[in-house]
Amino acid sequence: MKHESLLSVMNLRTRFHVYEGMVTAVDGINLDVYRGETLGVVGESGCGKSVTALSILRLLASPPAEIQGMILFDGSNLLELKLDEIRRIRGNAISMIFQEPMTSLNPVLTIGEQISEAIRLHQGAARQEAWNHAVEMLQLVQIPSPGMRAHEYPHQLSGGMRQRAMIAMALSCRPRLLLADEPTTALDVTIQAQIVDLMERLKGEFETSIVLITHNLGLIAEMAKRVLVMYMGKGVEEAPVEDLFQEPLHPYTQGLLESIPWIGKKLKTGRRQLQEIPGIVPSLLEMPEGCRFHPRCPRAMKLCSKEEPPLIRKDRRKVLCWLWT
Amino acid sequence: MTETTQPQDGMTQRSADSQLKRNWAKLRRNKAALFGGILILSYVITALMAPIIFPGSPSAPNLTRALERPSVTHPLGTDELGRSILGRVIYGSRVSLLIAIGVVFVGLLVGVPLGLVSGYYGGKVDFGIQRVTDTLLAFPGFLLALGLVSVLGVGLKNTIISVGISMVPIYIRLVRGCALSVRQQTYVEAAKAVGTRDRVILLRHILPNVLIPITIQTSLGMGTAILFAAGLGFLGIGVQPPTPEWGAMLGSGRAYLFHAPHVATFPGIAIFLAVLGFNLAGDGLRDVLDPRFRL
Repeated sequence: MKHESLLSVMNLRTRFHVYEGMVTAVDGINLDVYRGETLGVVGESGCGKSVTALSILRLLASPPAEIQGMILFDGSNLLELKLDEIRRIRGNAISMIFQEPMTSLNPVLTIGEQISEAIRLHQGAARQEAWNHAVEMLQLVQIPSPGMRAHEYPHQLSGGMRQRAMIAMALSCRPRLLLADEPTTALDVTIQAQIVDLMERLKGEFETSIVLITHNLGLIAEMAKRVLVMYMGKGVEEAPVEDLFQEPLHPYTQGLLESIPWIGKKLKTGRRQLQEIPGIVPSLLEMPEGCRFHPRCPRAMKLCSKEEPPLIRKDRRKVLCWLWT
Repeated sequence: MTETTQPQDGMTQRSADSQLKRNWAKLRRNKAALFGGILILSYVITALMAPIIFPGSPSAPNLTRALERPSVTHPLGTDELGRSILGRVIYGSRVSLLIAIGVVFVGLLVGVPLGLVSGYYGGKVDFGIQRVTDTLLAFPGFLLALGLVSVLGVGLKNTIISVGISMVPIYIRLVRGCALSVRQQTYVEAAKAVGTRDRVILLRHILPNVLIPITIQTSLGMGTAILFAAGLGFLGIGVQPPTPEWGAMLGSGRAYLFHAPHVATFPGIAIFLAVLGFNLAGDGLRDVLDPRFRL
């Protein structure tokens, strides 16, 4: 049971045709999600985290997007399914939570209508039946007086409640895989904690595997079992969460961890208060030669700017860096 | 954001009510819109109650009383066939209301689906529809209606169809623009992510977001429709006599403009008031419903 992989993404490449040429947003990502497991995906803005999630559900308009590779879900390659078949999977076996609870609900439909839409679609439930189920889901995500709230429009709910409603919608068909794209980013800290608790509890209840996409390492530490660190469309490091936090292998991961402010952490004398990763992420149109991180890497060697590093396996970990060869 | 978090019974009902009330209050403060509304209301009432307001026949000629000036028996005078102008103006409101509704119906029926499809799918479909729209828009609207009538022939039905088609490109453009912006919204992506079909997304997620501009355009469009239809009638290629149509009345009154000006004047005033009513109401609706114009 444990080692059965529910989703395996192999060599996923997502490119976009744009005016200036071809942009490779995701470049050869490999990832496995096991049943009941939470995989964290971290990285800076624009590193391809969201595009990976959208590619899995094939939600990118193509053209301009072009997706290559293999996405095996439950034995079938999602990239080869017909539109009708993938539609049956969306929201049913795999569902997604978006970053912006403010804009991911339709302002002209009530919460109840939007949740029951998915239920009617996938379970062929009658209108009333689906509505009742939607109300139950709202109850489950701890929205007070769900029966009444279901009749309300998104603007009548607070941000946290909208995100709960989104979660209710995503979980309404008991998906086996949940793609959570920055589920807490737009929320304030107290609400974030509640949403995290909620997702943890629901994960237990529904046995759902989660791909948690975020740039919030604290959230990863709390929820994920394994972590994939992405940089410019590549997976640069993959490790169990404890190992990653204890001993980050890739210089980029080290930089990420050093740039988190820890309250109460003693300042190291003689050093700046908070480390940052120098430089900015280069444009995807001007990909650096060799290792993509080398222009910003404090430990870059000559080799790094010439040749792309190989993927190195070390115990249960993988790292894409010349340092570990 | 936080004041909405305490649950209260009946809140939905109340806030929906208060929204309506707020809009109604705004509409009432807008004197021009209110005036427009009153004009439309009296126009519709006149059309519906025509046989009660004017019991006689508006089309039966009485040549002995031709071209009489306004008097007690014929408050607005008579035309060249001795028919009461008051009666014809009253019955004419039925014809022009029918035309206005029919034209807008044709415009919506053709324009809205094409605009939705064009804006939502984009690509080749969009390109095709937009080039046809461009072609239609290249003609001034009235000229297009005129051309279509000359192909289809005269009469009430053809007037409605041709004026309606001349309005289609306006609806296509309007709806396409809105659909383009709505389809970019995360909630459309979210709807796709739960597996919703394109058709359902179009009808349930995009269409309702487009309704407000459509409503406004419909009110404005009715005014234009009346004007266009009257124009065709005036040229003699619209609704044919003896049906009392304002434009046609205006056209036949033109011959007597100097010694019996009332024949042309009163239908002209009727056209003016009806169009004014729809335009004022449309502008008022836009001010109230469209936040982009809110100052």
